Amino acid sequence: MLAFTLRRAIQAIGVMIAVGIIAFAMFRFAGDPVSQIVSIDTPAAEREAVRKSLGLDDPVLIQFARYFANAAQFKFGVSYQFRQPVSTLLAERLPATLELAICATIFAMVFGILMGVYAALRRDSFLAKLCQAVSLIGISLPTFLIGILLIYLFAVTLGWLPSFGRGEVVRIGWWTTGLLTVSGLKALIMPSITLGLFQMTLIMRLVRAEMLEVLRTDYIRFARARGLTTRAIHFGHALKNTLVPVITVAGLQFGSVIAFSIITESVFQWPGMGLMFVQAVQNVDIPIMAAYLLMVSLIFVTINLVVDILYTIVDPRLRATISRPA
Amino acid sequence: MTVPVLSVRDLKVEFATRRATLRAIDGVSFDIAKGEVLGVVGESGAGKSVTGLAVIGLIDPPGRISGGEIHLSGMRIDHLPPEELRRVRGKRIGMIFQDPLTSLNPLYRIGDQIVETIRTHTNLSESAARKRAIDLLAEVGIPAPDKRVDGYPHEFSGGMRQRVVIALAICAEPELIIADEPTTALDVSVQAQIITLIKRLGRDHGTAVMLVTHDMGVIAETCDRVAVMYSGRIAEIGPVQDVVRNPLHPYAKGLMGAIPTLAGEDKRLVQIPGSMPRLSAIPPGCPFNPRCAFAFDRCRIERPEPTRQGAQAVACHLYDHAAKESAA
Amino acid sequence: MSDAVVQQQTETAHAGAGWIRRAIDSDLFYSFRRSKLTMLAAAVTVLFFLLAIFASALAVQNPFDPAQLQLMNSRISPLWTADGQSPFLLGTDEQGRDVFSAILYGLRISLIVGVLGMLLAGAIGIALGLIAGYVGGAVDAVIMRIADVQITFPAILIALIVNGVAKSLFGNRLDAVSMLAVLVVAIGLSSWVQYARTVRGSVMVEKNKDYVAAAQLIGLPAPKIMLRHVLPNAMGPILVIATINLALAIITEATLSFLGSGMPDTMPSLGTLIRIGNNYLFAGEWWIVAFPGIALAGLILSINLLGDWLRDALNPKLR
Repeated sequence: MLAFTLRRAIQAIGVMIAVGIIAFAMFRFAGDPVSQIVSIDTPAAEREAVRKSLGLDDPVLIQFARYFANAAQFKFGVSYQFRQPVSTLLAERLPATLELAICATIFAMVFGILMGVYAALRRDSFLAKLCQAVSLIGISLPTFLIGILLIYLFAVTLGWLPSFGRGEVVRIGWWTTGLLTVSGLKALIMPSITLGLFQMTLIMRLVRAEMLEVLRTDYIRFARARGLTTRAIHFGHALKNTLVPVITVAGLQFGSVIAFSIITESVFQWPGMGLMFVQAVQNVDIPIMAAYLLMVSLIFVTINLVVDILYTIVDPRLRATISRPA
Repeated sequence: MTVPVLSVRDLKVEFATRRATLRAIDGVSFDIAKGEVLGVVGESGAGKSVTGLAVIGLIDPPGRISGGEIHLSGMRIDHLPPEELRRVRGKRIGMIFQDPLTSLNPLYRIGDQIVETIRTHTNLSESAARKRAIDLLAEVGIPAPDKRVDGYPHEFSGGMRQRVVIALAICAEPELIIADEPTTALDVSVQAQIITLIKRLGRDHGTAVMLVTHDMGVIAETCDRVAVMYSGRIAEIGPVQDVVRNPLHPYAKGLMGAIPTLAGEDKRLVQIPGSMPRLSAIPPGCPFNPRCAFAFDRCRIERPEPTRQGAQAVACHLYDHAAKESAA
Repeated sequence: MSDAVVQQQTETAHAGAGWIRRAIDSDLFYSFRRSKLTMLAAAVTVLFFLLAIFASALAVQNPFDPAQLQLMNSRISPLWTADGQSPFLLGTDEQGRDVFSAILYGLRISLIVGVLGMLLAGAIGIALGLIAGYVGGAVDAVIMRIADVQITFPAILIALIVNGVAKSLFGNRLDAVSMLAVLVVAIGLSSWVQYARTVRGSVMVEKNKDYVAAAQLIGLPAPKIMLRHVLPNAMGPILVIATINLALAIITEATLSFLGSGMPDTMPSLGTLIRIGNNYLFAGEWWIVAFPGIALAGLILSINLLGDWLRDALNPKLR
């Protein structure tokens, strides 16, 4: 168990180093950092001074080591557009993105599992077919179109929900939350649905497929032969076995929820990291791009690690095969 | 005569497929008395397992019971509503499946699976049910049952898992146990132990047992009576000594010829030519006629009905004629 | 010995061709004819491709030639509404552009980027999969490790970063056609993994078969023989991946353009049109965004339906 966790942790560090190299390469070679800082009519001597002060004369390896050491302390340099440390900018926007991503995931899990179970158990009912149809549309509609549609319906036509922003936020330490005010909660609804819809359809399809698979297994047949109630079979035996892969996928998906929030945040002008990243891409603000890549990778890698460990806790068979190297 | 534990009359099971409706079981009748072990034998696809599933009411769509009656201790069970049928399953009929490796839910401790079954069918408390689970594990021969009760299925060997499955099947003291090829997936060394266990449990509790297998050796060793199935029908049924020593149906003769014996060194093992027809292509008349060395015209046209021959009953025109003569 | 090998080879080759013929003869067409939804999806997909190909013939104006636009024609609502005007079937936008014509031209761009992106992803993926599977060892480990890492990152993130780097390398002066190329590269680089995994899998299966060893023994070039067997075997799954990948490529392009990092306003794709139209949504001019949106959704839905059907039809296990 420990060896397994360690091996995974080492792999995770390897991935972070690889992403770090990419981020550094972007930072260093994609565009000249100096000309981003100084103005066009700065004399050459002064440019040289800036170059020296940034340490751009040192060997690449040393520069990389320096970049990595700084990144490990969340120092990602200064944004070209905002002239502020990237880490400050990210920290300001992190709560908005995380709150949105968590709400979207909860929405996706709750409705995805409910609809998936229903679609599997009442396979031929009208509602189950409707679920299937909705899921196909959910997968086919680009996120931004769903967002626009929701805005048109609930903001422009009905005027029930705000079309942009986070509403009123409350500051708790360095964290800002929209969960404590009515306008903050109202502002969360549409972005959460928009962001969560794709994951919801994914989870629904997965739950349905897994559940149907599990219902065909021998142990379910045996459970029926033992005379267990349908409820115990479906929601005790089948659902528990179904949820093992679902937890994995949903967990792994949390990373992409954060990445996909780029689109949702743009549609709803949500002041999170994703919106900042899109603006950074448009304005070629490389330090922000590199930092965002590192941040998202860190979140991804951490989640993968946690999911791997969780998986072994849920499934006793894995625990056994892991503690006994096969 | 006392009421048999299980009485099956003219059972028919059909499967609707895209092209046609296939009849997997076509008019099967048999009884099992209290404490009796009935072996059901035949090639794969003969309808042995489907018969077992039909009795316990687990034929899934597109299959369905399309005719006949099934009585359990005199009570008709083949068209009970699903909820009542569920109460019969596990409580009055226990079932053992072929593969113990896949019969247990891998995510639950075996103790929890036994307790769950006990509490579904009785009013025992959690702790009483757990105590009973440990007793059951001891009864089926699991060493250190008070410890193993908290184990997960993957921590048990195949033979041990089959013992757990048996414990699950008998935990509500059923009147009838259906064992569907209980030893096929196990090592040869373990097979005998499991068979002995099933036989002992049947004797100790007076349980009727329907033992489905394709292994004539197991039948000869375990059963009181045996039914030989072919193409969804019973070709021959009777006391096990009679059927093994003096098979009447040409198919049963062939089947018995296929058991190696230590005594019969002068006899060569007989092989039945050809293979059983697929359900979609059962010939008219007697389904065995294309492979039968004794087939005559009537066999290709008219379906033989079972007739009594002493303690045995056989569905074959060869004997039908003789029976009519003796009756006359 | 060599006779035997040749015979076996031809037998396997026959089996390969037979597999395709069997699939097309019976199952594939049977299930195609049986599913009305699939036939509808196929018809809609073909229609979209035709509309894109004959865009210039069908459009009432070239919507991106400023000389053909007249400001007096701006903000006309669709033809069937009270304020509709011929020949502007789906209305016009702020600059007097005909929405229907803009959709036809935008569809063309979306499909070009989507198809090229899919082809590039397929080429990269198949090549890397073959190399990983055939060479094995460290090369395989490196390629597959990269694939493992990359598949956890959404295509849109990778595409955005490729896009940002390209912008920074070439400056912000990229013209429309180079932007198109950048998008194709971004999409290709972000979605090759599935092809690579599938192809590598079938190489691994074939590699251990006796005929490869036998061919090597008599000095035939094993890679060549394997290619002949691997690709036909992997064709079904590759086709399914390619179909779903096409839908994904179109979505990715549309999303990038919607975010302002894709096709410029001078050569808009459907995503660009939606971004432009979105600005008029609050003014009540819904048609400027609605119709490009419907076109995009319909296109992707049809391709996805085809992909779903193809996956089920080629995988007997799922039936």
